[in-house]
Amino acid sequence: MELKRVVVTGLGAITPLGNDVETTWNAAVEGVSGAGPITHFDASKFKTQFACEVKGFNVADHIDRKKARQLDLYAQYALVAARQAVADANLESEGINKNRVGVIIAAGIGGLHTFEEEAGYYAMHEDMGPKYNPFFIPKMIADIASGHVSMEYGYHGPNYGVVSACASSTNALIDAFNLIRLGKADAIVTGGAEAAIYPAGVGGFNSMHALSTRNDSPQTASRPFSKSRDGFVMGEGSAVLVLEELEHAKARGAKIYAEVVGGGLSADAYHLTATHPDGLGAKLVMQNALEDAGMKPEEIDYINVHGTSTPVGDISEVKAIKDVFGEHAYNLNISSTKSMTGHLLGATGALEALFCVKAVQNDVVPPTINHDPEDADEEIDYNLNFTFDKAQKRTVNTALSNTFGFGGHNASIIVKKFAE
Amino acid sequence: MSEIASRVKVIIADKLNVDENEVTENAEFTKDLGADSLDTVELIMEFEKEFGINIPDDKAEGITTVKDAIEYIEAAKA
Repeated sequence: MELKRVVVTGLGAITPLGNDVETTWNAAVEGVSGAGPITHFDASKFKTQFACEVKGFNVADHIDRKKARQLDLYAQYALVAARQAVADANLESEGINKNRVGVIIAAGIGGLHTFEEEAGYYAMHEDMGPKYNPFFIPKMIADIASGHVSMEYGYHGPNYGVVSACASSTNALIDAFNLIRLGKADAIVTGGAEAAIYPAGVGGFNSMHALSTRNDSPQTASRPFSKSRDGFVMGEGSAVLVLEELEHAKARGAKIYAEVVGGGLSADAYHLTATHPDGLGAKLVMQNALEDAGMKPEEIDYINVHGTSTPVGDISEVKAIKDVFGEHAYNLNISSTKSMTGHLLGATGALEALFCVKAVQNDVVPPTINHDPEDADEEIDYNLNFTFDKAQKRTVNTALSNTFGFGGHNASIIVKKFAE
Repeated sequence: MSEIASRVKVIIADKLNVDENEVTENAEFTKDLGADSLDTVELIMEFEKEFGINIPDDKAEGITTVKDAIEYIEAAKA
């Protein structure tokens, strides 16, 4: 069976850098940090008191009050980003067979705040007996964003969520890519969403020593590949892409941002949370993605790395890149946009794939901010081009995005300029 | 209208996102006010919280109209 080609025809984003795609992309190219003091709750007793929050998101502007109460914040972000992507792709237009449009929107955690509120209420009022809100479960579960989007548009195609921690939304994109390649759907609204900047999220990651505690300087705290990096900065939001079968997109005159050409999957099989020190899983996942795309390493121009700004992870990913790309590693642009957006957990893969699409579209590589040359880590090879400080213009024919999740899940996706 | 009745109507209008004018005494939650089974459970819980009462499941099943709710709560608070 001949596999079909898959293109990107719509984009949507609610991120710490802006509440639409253009604002988000422009801020990333400008090297703006989305970090600031936590406003979602009083974090004064927490080791980390800052994060990359979404700003100015007033749910009442988007979703009616009754429905909004039935959606955890993560699903609200997903629904609004999905609306942007669907409108951008004009996927509501006449002639779309809605039985062949799917939705696969991932979350790494899901409705953490909803869980916290409901479990907390029970703990405080145990004497009254269990008084769980009937919307507790459907608000909390990590698949529900896909359900909401399907109900909004009447899309009856493949519909589910994907969970692989911080690789979740790359897995979602790859699933969507594969289903369309196999002819199981004409288009899939896919991506990720997360909203975990709440006590259980910040406190939980703090206990693992995973988060930066640079409370005196939130905007410079996410500093991938710098020696003084001390953990990731939590982000939140949603990014959604419409993936579509090429002939279907052409037949309806859809605008084509880029082509999705390959996806790779692997596992570290090493540790609950730490990446393999030699980047074995990371190496394998990039090789798998290249093989899937039928490409040589030399064909990649830009890698949007996982690069979370954690002490171990950044080093092993660089090792893996050098192993896979050899001499070509020095011709690549590499950047960690998490230096600006923070780490959106289950939404990060979709956002970084979106950045890859925009990089391919615009021939611009967004930077890795917050690196001081004097803050050099002897274990990192600075002859590689990490795109420090400022965006760089270059031809970006092909871009690869890496994501690695707790549990040792690795997923990479490759996008390319579309040509007939 | 009693104080309880007006508080009940405010809760219903808020939770079901309907105009207070629509919340007439004979209105049924599901048929007239657009509630589904989950909304109805949530309404009962809101009454419990607001009025500090306990509404057992077997009694909750009988509360299907605005009037049912007001009468039950007035009796419970009497």
